[in-house]
Amino acid sequence: MALLEIENLKVHFETDDGVVKAVDGISYSVDRGQTLGIVGESGSGKSVSSLTVMGLSRSRNARISGSIKFDGKELLTASDDELRTIRGDDIAMIFQDPLSSLHPFYKVGAQIVEAIRAHRDYSKQQAYDRAVEMLNLVGIPEPRKRAESYPHEFSGGMRQRAMIAMALANDPKLLIADEPTTALDVTVQAQILELIERLQSEFDTAVVVITHDLGVVAEVADEIAVMYAGRIVEHADTDTVFAGPEHPYTWGLLSSIPRLDSPRDEELVPIAGRPPSLINLPGGCSFHPRCPYVKPDHMTIEPPLEALHDNPRHRVACLLDPDTRRKLWKDLREGKSPVDARADVMHDVAAEGSAVQAAGDTGAARGAVAASEEDKGA
Amino acid sequence: MSETVTRPSGGAPAPGGGEPLMEVRDLVKHFPLTSGIIIQRKVGAVQAVDGISFDVMRGETLGLVGESGCGKSTTARLLLRLMDPTSGSIRFEGQEITDASGNRLKRLRQDMQMIFQDPYSSLNPRKTVGTIISEPFAIQGMHTGEGERKKTVQELMDIVGLNPEHYNRYPHEFSGGQRQRIGVARALALKPKLIIADEPVSALDVSIQAQILNLLRELQRELGITLVFIAHDLSVVRHMCDRVAVMYLGRIVETATSDQLYGHPRMPYTGALMSAVPVADPRLAAQKKRQVLAGDVPSPTNPPKACRFHTRCWKAQEICRTEDPPLEVKDGGNVAACHFPLTDAEVAERVPTFRAVRDRA
Repeated sequence: MALLEIENLKVHFETDDGVVKAVDGISYSVDRGQTLGIVGESGSGKSVSSLTVMGLSRSRNARISGSIKFDGKELLTASDDELRTIRGDDIAMIFQDPLSSLHPFYKVGAQIVEAIRAHRDYSKQQAYDRAVEMLNLVGIPEPRKRAESYPHEFSGGMRQRAMIAMALANDPKLLIADEPTTALDVTVQAQILELIERLQSEFDTAVVVITHDLGVVAEVADEIAVMYAGRIVEHADTDTVFAGPEHPYTWGLLSSIPRLDSPRDEELVPIAGRPPSLINLPGGCSFHPRCPYVKPDHMTIEPPLEALHDNPRHRVACLLDPDTRRKLWKDLREGKSPVDARADVMHDVAAEGSAVQAAGDTGAARGAVAASEEDKGA
Repeated sequence: MSETVTRPSGGAPAPGGGEPLMEVRDLVKHFPLTSGIIIQRKVGAVQAVDGISFDVMRGETLGLVGESGCGKSTTARLLLRLMDPTSGSIRFEGQEITDASGNRLKRLRQDMQMIFQDPYSSLNPRKTVGTIISEPFAIQGMHTGEGERKKTVQELMDIVGLNPEHYNRYPHEFSGGQRQRIGVARALALKPKLIIADEPVSALDVSIQAQILNLLRELQRELGITLVFIAHDLSVVRHMCDRVAVMYLGRIVETATSDQLYGHPRMPYTGALMSAVPVADPRLAAQKKRQVLAGDVPSPTNPPKACRFHTRCWKAQEICRTEDPPLEVKDGGNVAACHFPLTDAEVAERVPTFRAVRDRA
């Protein structure tokens, strides 16, 4: 049995403007010692889904349904008291911004001591020793001295390491890291990623890494779930997602980042438009307004997240048939533009949709179309 | 694209045309640290920029990279005279600009503009897009007729891919990517010769980031603008820049063309930066030996003596602690300040993309 099993989780928020479908039916599981990377843009629901695991999205206007089983125990129906004993003990979280997640008034050591004594029957001295031990473990120099420092006396990387020390102080079984390195320099990012990997292999912790950076997940994750507009659109092991991705959104993400090993004059292919409003999702496949390979029926049929027949561990929510998808990806990898790939593989006259033109035209015209496409979404 | 709005005076020679637009020599900016409440004594200085020299060639894109606190944003502000340097010289088109003030500085600003990192805080929320983009005209007293000004602004909006009909909208009605386009339009308004872009895409989502990068590349190609591009994302810098200068603790430690720098970094610090970039390719990621730099950047108040990188350098020897290495041409054409530059074999081991790049070459 997996350590964390999420089944058809939905988190909707009722607001004055309408219902925000932040998470709209996602399922995944994470085993001990495994790392799952959740990738998506802002507003894709990746953070809300993880906050819900921690019971942090419970509010009067939240409508949460589905199931979150941790170690066999249902968390959605657990009382606040029960959650409080799990949170920070069995499940810990690292947030993006370490400056706003540490209390500016209290010394770093004291904050870790508090986290330990909330769950363990330690004396103050025992807890303090444990805090110093944790600071040492995450590579803070002179830990006993630095435990007496305030957060503002730490650099960004040290604060993030202090957060990790706090999160791991109670040997959690599951660690959720929400954009753990986004605010950090690449050199510090490398330190933090290595630290998470090392601690994971030492303690067999399950890790969920939430990020928008495909490079980060390529380095640390065993499996990747790509989220778009509150749903998982593709889920597979890391090698498969990078070598044989099957969802047009994943292709878009992969071709919109410059890579150190691609030719320098290579054009980036941005995804036209921008993520949809979660209040008013487009009908059918929610990616269809931005998809260069859209067909008329994609605007009405919702694609289910289905396993591929030749790889049951690879799940994709796309209405194109698998053969077409593979041919399209092959063309894209050879450097064809989405429009050419479509013309080559789908043998139809490219649809009138502006998303298609936007993704294919060259030059500033593309920018203009992309921008007007953004406006339509506004 | 409209010729009237877009063509900067001074023409557009191809990148690497050989003629420097801006020459920076021994530029220094120290921020004094004081103590005492009424009588402030100077007790030290943050050596934000400590003696850097470089040229920006006409029509090229020069990248400035380095960790936070290395002085790249201070450098940008010094180049634009948004801050006064402690010492050193900046020549723009052959003219010394560090002593410019008043009207001369105002005229100078027509030729150099800036694009800021945060598209949310760099636009005044109480002004319409039209007013924001036409503000440079108001300051410089150009296009005074209302109809003419509006027409010019709408042409600019069209160039950067904004709908000209949105002239009267406010910044909050736009998404992050569109706001950054507004910032680009404002920077283009005066047809500058030089644009300094300080982390222009780091606040944007991945898919939007690519739209803005493509826009900047396109504009530069069409308009021949010289671009100084500051970013911490090394893959973005490689994609955008012809030449790159790597900064560490207020100094330039390596400059080279992008192909040289990314093909064979010579300064161990550059190598470590590249090794740290996560690669969006699990197989390459698994092959590499990640070179993790220990510790943090030392304080710029009290930087290490001699080579400033010696405290974190895996190749450091005694001479690195006693003798400051000069910037000089190394194997392969890179200009680096290092006593023990990296060899190709050392690079190949640490930088996963090295082989892929070399094999193609």
